[in-house]
Amino acid sequence: MKILFDPMMLLMATAKDVLPVLGLLVLFQILVLKRPIPRLGRIISGFVAALIGMTCFLGGLDLAIFPVGRAMALQLAEGAQNGGKVTWIAYGWVYLFAFLVGFSTTIAEPSLIAVAHKAHEASRKAISSWGLRIAVAIGVAIGITLGTFRIVTGTPLYLYIMAGYVVVVIQTVFAPRMIIPLAYDSGGVTTSTVTVPLVAALGLGLASNVPGRSPIMDGFGLIAFASVFPIISVLGYAQLAHWIVRRRNRKT
Amino acid sequence: MPLGTLTKFSAALGQALLGASRDLAPIITVIALFQILVLRQPFPELLSVLGGLGLVTIGLALFVVGLDIGLFPLGETLAEEFARKGNLFWLLLFAFGLGAGTTVAEPALIAVTREGAKAAAEAGLIENISASIDRYAFHVRLTVALSVGAAIVLGVLRILRGWSLPVLIVGGYVLVMLMTLFAPKEIVGLAYDSGGVTTSTVTVPLVTALGVGLARSIRGRDPLTDGFGLIALASLTPMIFVMLFGLIVD
Repeated sequence: MKILFDPMMLLMATAKDVLPVLGLLVLFQILVLKRPIPRLGRIISGFVAALIGMTCFLGGLDLAIFPVGRAMALQLAEGAQNGGKVTWIAYGWVYLFAFLVGFSTTIAEPSLIAVAHKAHEASRKAISSWGLRIAVAIGVAIGITLGTFRIVTGTPLYLYIMAGYVVVVIQTVFAPRMIIPLAYDSGGVTTSTVTVPLVAALGLGLASNVPGRSPIMDGFGLIAFASVFPIISVLGYAQLAHWIVRRRNRKT
Repeated sequence: MPLGTLTKFSAALGQALLGASRDLAPIITVIALFQILVLRQPFPELLSVLGGLGLVTIGLALFVVGLDIGLFPLGETLAEEFARKGNLFWLLLFAFGLGAGTTVAEPALIAVTREGAKAAAEAGLIENISASIDRYAFHVRLTVALSVGAAIVLGVLRILRGWSLPVLIVGGYVLVMLMTLFAPKEIVGLAYDSGGVTTSTVTVPLVTALGVGLARSIRGRDPLTDGFGLIALASLTPMIFVMLFGLIVD
């Protein structure tokens, strides 16, 4: 077993992420609010648990998921370009991989878990946290698949993104009002720890293997897809739920 | 720690471990299936992969427990305290610090701005020497940090005043589209990407708890309709600010 995982260094890196936030919180608590935090011990142990958790999570991803996922994305991208002629079956595997990776990494995304927890609580349990996460994951999966299709066909990025936002605007007019802020937020939380490294590897692998694509210009655009399509799918999920409830009410 | 708390903690951890295994099952299945069915290759270094999977599961479980007992309560407590204190200036300053401070050191942002600066140098926007590339990357990073700070301030003001989020967001995206037409081509990609990388795993729970906590403490605000939306703003403003930066430098 190779020692790829350096726990101390990783813990330091995570701590560097957390310390500025913690410093700011303590500073404001002492200087401005001037009141002791209730249940301080509990909150500190929570912070420590989250810190150690993030460290293990990132270290484990580096050991188990990223090397295999990256190698696979590159291999699939290379395989699809079989001897210079485009084979559609090979690209079929690429699209399927893009869809499944988009879906499954989003389910494992810690930021989304956090937002879904809070949404469940803030909606007085009307929004199921698991349902919200599946809706977001479907959106990311569709977005990433379309994004790889765009890299393969070479159509301009902004066309897709603008079309996506036009759909969002139209849905905003008709969707139930209470879901809108949450749907907008879902676009921002999907692209963090788990999704970005794998998806970026897929994009870069494709862009450097499909002739006429530049890895810099085409490789990174996938992230933008993963931010627009979850908004559409969450709004759609709410519209569907709303419609089903209304229809059931009309019948009875 | 008293025994009762310890039992409660381990019960919560056990439940979180179960949840984490469920959350990670899809990604593990996908990778394993593709490895076996499509690429038809054995796993390299099976032992370290299995060890890594164990770590990922434990890590996610601990993070979720930490969310529930640490990050969420802290964010909400602070929001309540600020609401009780009623001092707008300090609240807005705190909001700005939380947004800008957590963004400036974000590793994903550092990586993206470096790539973007290299692309800008190749396109001849700036001199192609490492000093000017580094300076350009740093300036973009500061711009993004400022923009996230501004976004959280705007979002908090929205919660307090009850402004409409769709108007802000849709207006923002119209602005982004207009600016895309005028901004130098090389900065557009960088601007779009910096919108996606700004919200880290520690910031998201704190910012969400702050928003929901504020909305809950203020009469006439609903935690669901008014409390969310901060993250959406934080993904939008970097695009506007970075393109503005590109226009100014140009």
